[in-house]
Order: sequence, then structure tokens, then C-alpha cells
Amino acid sequence: MMEKSRRSFLRVAGIAAIGLGVSPAMNFASSDSNGAAVAVKGKNEQALIAKRWGMVIDTSKLNKEINEKMIEACHKAHNVPDFNHEVDKGKYPKTRPVNHKQEIKWIWEEHFPYAFPDKEDEFLAEKFHDLPFLVTCNHCKNAPCVQACPTKATFKREDGIVIMDFHRCIGCRFCMAACPYGSRSFNFRDPRPFIAETNPDFPTRSKGVVEKCNLCAERLSKGELPHCVEASEGAIVVGDLENPESEVRVILKEQYAIRRNEALGTEPSVYYIM
Amino acid sequence: MLEIAIKGSKNYWLWIVFLLLVMGAGFAVYIDQFMNGLMITGMSRDVSWGFYIANFTFLVGVAAGGVMVVIPYYLHNYEKFHRITILGEFLAIAALIMCLLFIIVDLGQPTRMLNVLLYPTPNSMLFYDMLVLNGYLFLNIVIGWKVLEAERNQVEPPLWTKPLIYLSVPFAIGIHTVTAYLYCGLPGRGYWLTAILAPRFLASAFAAGPAFLIILCYIIKKFTKFDPGWEAMQTLAKIVCWAIIANLFFFLCEVFVVYYSNIPSHKTHLQYLLFGYHGYHALVPWMWSGLIMMFTGAFLLVVPQFRNNKTLLPFTCALIFFGAWIDKGLGMISGGFVPSPLHHVTEYTPTGPEIMITLAVYATGFLVLTILYKLATQVKEEVRG
Repeated sequence: MMEKSRRSFLRVAGIAAIGLGVSPAMNFASSDSNGAAVAVKGKNEQALIAKRWGMVIDTSKLNKEINEKMIEACHKAHNVPDFNHEVDKGKYPKTRPVNHKQEIKWIWEEHFPYAFPDKEDEFLAEKFHDLPFLVTCNHCKNAPCVQACPTKATFKREDGIVIMDFHRCIGCRFCMAACPYGSRSFNFRDPRPFIAETNPDFPTRSKGVVEKCNLCAERLSKGELPHCVEASEGAIVVGDLENPESEVRVILKEQYAIRRNEALGTEPSVYYIM
Repeated sequence: MLEIAIKGSKNYWLWIVFLLLVMGAGFAVYIDQFMNGLMITGMSRDVSWGFYIANFTFLVGVAAGGVMVVIPYYLHNYEKFHRITILGEFLAIAALIMCLLFIIVDLGQPTRMLNVLLYPTPNSMLFYDMLVLNGYLFLNIVIGWKVLEAERNQVEPPLWTKPLIYLSVPFAIGIHTVTAYLYCGLPGRGYWLTAILAPRFLASAFAAGPAFLIILCYIIKKFTKFDPGWEAMQTLAKIVCWAIIANLFFFLCEVFVVYYSNIPSHKTHLQYLLFGYHGYHALVPWMWSGLIMMFTGAFLLVVPQFRNNKTLLPFTCALIFFGAWIDKGLGMISGGFVPSPLHHVTEYTPTGPEIMITLAVYATGFLVLTILYKLATQVKEEVRG
């Protein structure tokens, strides 16, 4: 019995090792044929992988409508509460009035002077001034939130995505103080009464934890692109910043792009084409 | 020794009952916060730390201020402080207990608190803050208790307390330095991003802590037979004087750098606090009151006639204590968050429930302080008698 199970274990391990050996070659092939946005396929057959995920936003393609579509797609899929949502009094009878200053958002509209306060300019072209920029977590290379978190509830994955363990977070909000982009939200209250339709494929959060954009890590692992990218009508592209062949790198080679508050040295992974 | 605490006058018990009532009321409000979350506070997405963390920061200073009696007595053998050293150490214990409580009530998920120990993270300043705060608390409990016990038995304190006492000095500096590092290491917060923050914290701590100790000496003198000694209080007053001047000097350095360099991300915060920003000025009257209090206090302590005035001194100390509280508590924390890194202005005012919970934490601290001071004064009376 013992012997047999050991042998079968070895066999499985051997197959796994072959699999691991083969996958880099497959990655190479796929990155070659597919180019870019769809970075490379990983160990998990379908998963999209990258050495460092990045995002390029073409600001000329942004408008109110598309922004709203993207925001809605993201927030709906991730069970982000909407404080304007009419609470079901039958299900949540004791819900207290909301304080909109305590809202939660993963991706949202922000005008240029707020998205780029360090680029303040009284003579800024009007078209930029009024342009509704989209801002979200920058998945910084040197993320101050990761450095600040006392429990590693916020951490950086090998592929550059800054992500959270909602079940480890103690709600100290040190990460919120640390983030120079205001990308983080805290659940000041139970968010569930404010979710119109719960997506069963993604966890809802409890009160007392911080949350933010996760670059749709759950979708990348299934080989799907982030919700915002899908809804963006070509305004947002994601890909591997470390791969010179990737679509994001090709764009960045050709066009002038800026990042939010670059002077801080956080190395944001979200680029804006002006 | 604890048996001393359960024998007291009517006034003693009235005070204890009063503190327990405040604690009870605050605890009831805390249950609500525990069940429904921090939504009951005035904090927001933009101002994510508020009254709790402000008071935490201030009280770390009060705790560190205790070292201002420890250093002269143990390092320079300044005999006049013999009678009040224990008061400084016990004040540190009470202040630290309040600090820890303020951290706990500020947590969104307090039941997960021990995750800080389960997943120790040396790159987080909060990790070190936990170490030094608990370390300093432990040191003060052991030292204070052992020294008082020895005094009661009229023997020398055990020899092993000496190294602990010396160790408590860098720990006192450490708690406030690390607390400043929580703030001044964050890249996007211009108001905190200054190397003078830790020195400034220490200066205001060495003013606020001893100032409070002087007030406590007056109270002790009035309500017990123990006399802390006027000369000791005079020396303390001089310490407060130079510390508050150092604090104001550091603040003016900050004002110069910020306004002369004219860098918006640094200037806007001070602008908001001192003059208002884009029509928002909730904290302006507070900030100016704090500054006027500290400047007046400094003046009254520099001039010997005023400093030596027994009636005036406790009021001067109160001015400095509350001035430092505004400067370091409300101003320092809210000021760092307003305007936000995106230059939005979201103002902050603590809510009623938030203030009630805060009062309950203070009541808990005062309960600890009352009991410890009761022990200390009674033992000292016994020994003398």
C-alpha cells in the first residue's frame, strides 16, 4: 500500500516536472504569435501571465460614456458597494444613512488637475482640463502600501500585481495613509446592503477591511482580460511591461505617456497617453 | 501592594466610580462601533485616520516625557527627583495603556489584531511601533513596581533593575521616534514628509509630559499627604520651558522651509491649518489657539517671576499641555490628510460617538493612573511616617 502510493506520487511528480520544463517553451511560442495584450500563457493552461503587469490608458479615447461602462463593469464584478443604491429594507431593515465621504471605489473618474496635481498649470489646455481621466491602483513597482502593511495583507505578486488578502487585513489603514494616489478604500461599514446584485464568483467584503483594484487577477488566471479593458473599446491595454514585444511596450515606444506623480519614485505601472 | 488601592476616602471612591461610569458609557458606544464598523466616526476615504490616532500620537509623547525625570535622577543622580521619578514612570504606564487602547479602537478588525504577531513584517513601521511601545510598557511596569516595592520595604531595589532603567531611556526616545516614522516615511504626505518630525515630536513630548506631571504634583499635594517638593517641580518647569521652546523653534523651521521653498505639496497642508485652503478652514481657530497657548506658556516659563509663581504655574502647564495636544493631535493628523494627495479637500470633525469612545479610553488611563499614584503616594507616606 505504502509502496504503491509512493510510486504513484513519484509518477505524478515526474509528469509535473516535465510540464514545468515544457511550459517556458510554450510561453515563448505564444508570446511570439500572440504579441501583446494577451501576454503569455502560464502553468495554468489558460492563465495570462507577465513578468510585470502594466496598463496603458489612451486618454484621447476616454469619454464619460466609456468611463461609466468601465467603472460599472469593474464595480459590478467585484461586488463594490454603491452608496447610492436603494437598500432593500426587507433584507437589511436596520441600515443607517450613508456618509458619501466613506464610499468605496476601485476605478473612477478624476479631472486632470486632481489626477496629476504635480502638473498644475494655469494655462493647461482646456481639452485636458475637462477631460475625465480614469484613475485606479497603479500597481507600483515600489509600492508604499506594501511597505506599510504590518501583516502582509497587502502584498506584491511576482507578476507585479499589488493585491490584498481581505481575510488577513486588520483594518489599520496604514496603507491608505501610505498610498500617494488615493487608490484605497476602507469598508467603514458592511458593504453588502449596497450591492445591487452580488456576483457569486468574487468575494464580498466584510466591514473593517481595506480594498482596491486587483487588476482582475481572478480573470487573468482564467485567460481573460480585466473588466475595464474589455469595456474600454480600446482605450485601455494591459500587458507585460518587462517584455519589449508586448503591446504595452510597443505603444510606449511610439507615444508620449505619463504616470501619476512620478517624482515620488513609486514607479507606477499605469501609463497615460496624452 | 495592590491592597492599598482598595482602601480609600469617599472622594477617592467617588472619582473611581465616575471614571467607571465614563468607561461604561464609552464601552457601550464601542459595542456599536464593533458591530457596525467605523462608520460611526467622522473619518472618511480621504481622512482615514482621525481622533483616535491623533490622541494615540499625543499620548505616546506623554509616555516618552516620563524619561525627563528618569534621566536626571538615574543618569545624573539629581536627588531632587527622587520623590517624583516613580510618578513619571507610572504616568508612562497609564499613557501607554491609553495608546494601546487607541490603536485597538481604531482597528477595523480588532479581532485580527494578533495578525501583527502571526505575520511579523519588518518592513512596516507599525511592527516596530508595536515592539517599542510594548517594550517600554513592560520596562516601566517592572521598574516602577520593583522600585516602589523596595522603597516600601526600605531596602535598595534589586541590582537587575539598573540595566532595565538604563534601557528604558533609549526606549522612551524610541517610542516617539518610531511613532514619528509611521508618518514621516510616507512619500505622498507632504506635511509629514520632513526629517524634523521625530525631533519635533520629542520636543513637544518633553514639554507635554513633564507639564502634565507638574499638574499631577499639584493634585497629589492637594489630595494626599505626600509632597513632591517645590524644587523638583521648579526643575520640571525649566525642562518644560526649554522643550516647548525647542518645539516651537522646530515648528518655525518647518514654516520657513515650507513657505520659502513654496513647494505646493508641502505648503498646502500648513496653509490649510493656518489660514484655510480653498474656503475650508475648520482647523484654523484650533491651530492658532494651540500656537498662542504654546507661545504664551513658553513666555510665562522663561520669565522667572512667572515660573516661580506657585498659583500661576499649573495654569501655564495646562496651556502648554493643551497647546501641544492641539498641535500634535488634531493638527498633525488631520493636517496631513487635508488636502488629499489628489488635492481634494475633505474636512474632518470627530463625531459624538468617536469623542465618547475617546473619553472612555482617557477614563481608563486615569483609572490606571489613579490606582498607581495611590500606591506610590501611600507607600511614600508610610515610609516617611
